[in-house]
Amino acid sequence: MRITQGTFSYLPDLTDEQTARQVEYALEQGWAVSLEYTDDPHPRNVYWEMWGMPMFDLKDAAGMLGELRECRKAHPDCYIKLNAFDSTRGFETMRMSFIVHRPPVEARYKLRREEGPARLVRYTIERA
Amino acid sequence: MTKSVTSPGAGTSQRTTGNTATRYQAGVLKYKEMGYWVPDYEPKITDLIAVFRITPQEGVDPEEAAAAVAGESSTATWTVVWTDRLTACENYRAKAYDVQPVPGIEGQYFAWIAYDLDLFEEGSIANLTASIIGNVFSFKPLKAARLEDMRLPVAYLKTFRGPPTGIVVERERLDKYGRPLLGATVKPKLGLSGKNYGRVVYEALLGGLDFTKDDENINSQPFMHWRDRFLFCMEAVQKAQAASAEIKGHYLNITAGTMEEMYKRAEFARDLGSVIIMVDLIVGWTAIQSISNWARDNDMILHMHRAGHGTYTRQKNHGVSFRVIAKWLRAAGVDHLHAGTAVGKLEGDPLTVQGYYNVCRDSYTKQDLTRGLFFDQDWAGLRKVLPVASGGIHAGQMHQLLDLFGDDVVLQFGGGTIGHPMGIQAGATANRVALEAMVFARNEGRDIRNEGPEILVKAAKTCRPLEAALATWKDVTFNYASTDTSDFVPTVSVA
Repeated sequence: MRITQGTFSYLPDLTDEQTARQVEYALEQGWAVSLEYTDDPHPRNVYWEMWGMPMFDLKDAAGMLGELRECRKAHPDCYIKLNAFDSTRGFETMRMSFIVHRPPVEARYKLRREEGPARLVRYTIERA
Repeated sequence: MTKSVTSPGAGTSQRTTGNTATRYQAGVLKYKEMGYWVPDYEPKITDLIAVFRITPQEGVDPEEAAAAVAGESSTATWTVVWTDRLTACENYRAKAYDVQPVPGIEGQYFAWIAYDLDLFEEGSIANLTASIIGNVFSFKPLKAARLEDMRLPVAYLKTFRGPPTGIVVERERLDKYGRPLLGATVKPKLGLSGKNYGRVVYEALLGGLDFTKDDENINSQPFMHWRDRFLFCMEAVQKAQAASAEIKGHYLNITAGTMEEMYKRAEFARDLGSVIIMVDLIVGWTAIQSISNWARDNDMILHMHRAGHGTYTRQKNHGVSFRVIAKWLRAAGVDHLHAGTAVGKLEGDPLTVQGYYNVCRDSYTKQDLTRGLFFDQDWAGLRKVLPVASGGIHAGQMHQLLDLFGDDVVLQFGGGTIGHPMGIQAGATANRVALEAMVFARNEGRDIRNEGPEILVKAAKTCRPLEAALATWKDVTFNYASTDTSDFVPTVSVA
């Protein structure tokens, strides 16, 4: 099954042109965009590797697309996501985050069940 | 409506009772004469201010009625008591300081009443409600009374802990940004066995929902005991998480007869790895604040189902407005709150509902009479509540819902998921695709309010479940007049 994290995982993969329009939207809101990549998109893997710092002073989407191409070239077998960060008081968090590159073969996870007393089950999700 | 409600003109508090000796002679005095009507009172920044809609009985002067509300919700009783003189009683008296006729409704008035901070125990909604709505609503000189809105002073709000998780942290825990979250309530709400119930949860989450939900009256009935439900639901949640690599949840309703039992259920939900629990509004303020503390200690999202609220929020002339309930719940500390859909099957005019959403999500709520908000409200850093839109909504309304409520909302399509002709998983996928397509289009600068239907049709070309959903529910609307609407026309200028 397809990993469905991110804002747009249920849509067909985005073209770079579509990605650029989403980046333009983020920039219009005053958000800083950044890229992160990983070979382990475990649902609890919060800290993907940063591809450089958030681009706080980016003026148009072309700069981001250049970085995306570089990141893809360096990590073709990883997942890459694009984040948009809002530093407004009361948010100070991500406002958008979507996958912009997937590896040729999707990661798969399975459920490990450890049985306890009274039908209690302790669940762990691990790489299949 | 030009009078400003937050700074009602110059003037200072004064002794209003005239000759003290006469004032405390035994007998019955008018409330106005007892010091509860102070038209030149200037509320202090630490005062709690309430605005009531009152309908005085025939022949009762509106100012006297307002004074009576102030009296009965603070220190007064029906007769003069000499023991008042043992207190700094003017401090404890609530002060009605303004009365205005409700625009366009004969016989109804808005009354503004200020309460001193010292009238309230810190951190207790139970105490606040016992004072403000304790007995005035049964008061004979009024035909009806409704608490419309309340300004909670920052000094008082800071005595509350507020939502244990809040919107920002909830999204960071779930790793879901930039779109509304999607949920569905398991149906039928009564009768399914635990195993069959969990099947609905699994299919819906695997199909693309973020959350599924127990209904308000699912507790621990003969057909499904609570432990059974928790075990089967969490198996379903965990399997769907592993398959999608997304965090998902099922709102496990822990509402029970006693606090001890609620804690027991909450602990079991935690031990099975649930990220969220749920309680019903009818458990009461004290239970809500207690379970909120527990949720904070256990990193649990707390979902509030507003079961029963319609008994006191719906009628415009009597009761308590939902915007006040929402304020109290934010202070008491819930993370999710059902706040209406505006387009679905349940009561709610769009502007009024947006007012509730503002109360849940703002850092600072601005006065907005067209949305029923009478006061500026500084939220004093309390975390934000994620509103939930649930009840008779479907994928075909996605553009309207996103346009009305933005990203920070849970959209719950119960029937719209489970009633899908191709099955529950397909129903969930249809909703998720419709949602993502609409967010995507909005971000690209499309005018979703007008182009929404064609955006959905286009998205359905690569998604058969969405195509089927649109065909099934395209004509379903609930166009009834709302009973609870703003009294102020949208063109009014607010001073």
